Amino acid sequence: MPSPRRGGGTARYLLTKLGGAVISLFMVVVLGFILFRVMPGDPVKTMTRGHPVTNEQLAILEHRYGLDKPKIAQFWDYLVKLLHGDFGDSYQYSRPVGDMILEKLWPTVLLVGTGTILAVALGLWLGTRAAWQRNSVFDKASTGIALAFWSMPTFWLGMILLTAAGGLFPSGGMVYPDTPPDFLSQALDILHHLVLPVITLVAVVYAQYQLVMRSSLLEEMDADYLTTARAKGLRDDLVRRRHAVPNALLPTVTLVFLHLGMVVAGAITVEAVFSWPGLGQMTYNAIGVPDLPVLQGTFIVLAAAVLVMNLIADVLYRFLDPRVRAV
Amino acid sequence: MSDEGVSLKTLSPRALAWQRRGRAAAAAWREFSSSKSGLVGLGVLVLAVLLALLAPVLSNEDGLDVTKATGGRMRPPDGNFWLGTDVDGRSILLLTWWGTRVSLLIGISAALLSVVIGTVIGIIAAHYGRWVSAVLLRIVDFFLVLPSLVLAIALSTVLEPGIGTIIVAIGLTSWPSAARLVRAQTLTVEARPYIERSRALGGGNLHIIVKHVLPAVLPLVFVNATLAVGNAIVAESTLAFLGLGDPFQTSWGGILHNATVDSAALAGAWWYLLPPGVAIGVVVLAFTLCGRALETVLNPRLREPR
Repeated sequence: MPSPRRGGGTARYLLTKLGGAVISLFMVVVLGFILFRVMPGDPVKTMTRGHPVTNEQLAILEHRYGLDKPKIAQFWDYLVKLLHGDFGDSYQYSRPVGDMILEKLWPTVLLVGTGTILAVALGLWLGTRAAWQRNSVFDKASTGIALAFWSMPTFWLGMILLTAAGGLFPSGGMVYPDTPPDFLSQALDILHHLVLPVITLVAVVYAQYQLVMRSSLLEEMDADYLTTARAKGLRDDLVRRRHAVPNALLPTVTLVFLHLGMVVAGAITVEAVFSWPGLGQMTYNAIGVPDLPVLQGTFIVLAAAVLVMNLIADVLYRFLDPRVRAV
Repeated sequence: MSDEGVSLKTLSPRALAWQRRGRAAAAAWREFSSSKSGLVGLGVLVLAVLLALLAPVLSNEDGLDVTKATGGRMRPPDGNFWLGTDVDGRSILLLTWWGTRVSLLIGISAALLSVVIGTVIGIIAAHYGRWVSAVLLRIVDFFLVLPSLVLAIALSTVLEPGIGTIIVAIGLTSWPSAARLVRAQTLTVEARPYIERSRALGGGNLHIIVKHVLPAVLPLVFVNATLAVGNAIVAESTLAFLGLGDPFQTSWGGILHNATVDSAALAGAWWYLLPPGVAIGVVVLAFTLCGRALETVLNPRLREPR
């Protein structure tokens, strides 16, 4: 982690981080171009795979998508369009990918947001309890269960939940079409649809927060300041809450943001299993075609979202941990 | 391992070094075998590898062929098909057994690829300072935060479908954590006096890296590789589930992909879903347990107070 040099102020730190994030964003854009425009060789051939096409049709398609220009010119077009929020048109639906992403964005934010908050809360609570009662039955059982859930593929857990509780909850989608349009019934229906996907996501993701919280609290357990706190007569509960946990929390907080990429990955498969109409399902539906502009769009948006979250984590960390500031 | 009766003077330096390594390995094994969960993990892994290798000897490959399938359509378990059948009437037990081969092959190869890339980049970033390190760290950080599944999906969509593509897609997207770890370890190793001594005696960069840094870093790399196999197996199953696997090879993720296509979850066909998923969970857990036990061998701070 590059720390600011002695004498460098907060503004300088923020600028360095911001500059890094901008470079990373540009790298994502370049990677998106290389992956979807350079590596497939001939996108038009991929697109028309399995259909009889004449050379003229191929030429027309190539011209329509600007694929007959040199790669550098294509890259420039792509960059200018991206800056205007234009991700190209979907091969599958002939609609602007940007519009499609905007439509699908909020279901994904809802799923990932709810899932992360619940997973972090559960993980921190279990991790703290496990570390505080090291080697107890609770510690061993909860760590074992967390590891078992963590070893499962997200999508498989979703399928099992769907098989087991299929009757109680909707099997897919976000709302039933016949739900009354008023806010309360819509919200309740969405909540009903959200239960299984969120349980799946939380079950697979919470383990890492629990394990890191546990080990980082264990590191603090033998610290002198805890002996001092106990010596001055604080109750065990207070020693844990006021002294040990706040210090152990720091590594976990950065982890929450650093592992957001993993949550996003989990969300893609969860959305595929439960037909949750978000970016993940959009990606899943585009794979079979393959709808390259859609894949490119979701790749750039998901990667950029994770990059921005990490920038926020870096900034937060500086305000949360005085030791980083003091260096 | 007994060295009584062998006078040290009669041994060449090379033999001495090997003797030392043997003793270190014995001590590591003692520490490893004191961890019950590590031993269980190791046992499960040995069993899984044996089953994978012996599949062609102990079972009939014809059972994987859709045209030669003898069972009914998605039937629950019975006397003939202990774990039921899939849509084409093939035995789920046989499919899961054969799936072990591809899943283990991809898991281990992808983990090796990712650890090798991570080790090379990590050592270079730590050994050569200044701008080499700055540029490499920038790249590592970039790939570290990039959602790896999204990148793996992109790679396997644009490359030809097949086992090699999946290995490359997983290997190329999961190396950054190994690179960070190896870089940190290399930095601590290179701060030690024996590196300075070697440099003073005229050791070049390559000599120092190969003879001094690599041996010190390798145990950590080995642990990391063990833990990485679990992640790679899950990644393989995820990619196969999304329909990016090799359709002509049976893997655990591939079975689950077929199960989704055949709406097994909605049909309540639990026997279609449980076996491959449990297989993934058990093998991944075994790799994780082994990795954690190895970690304890390396890092005495993690050991339980006795």
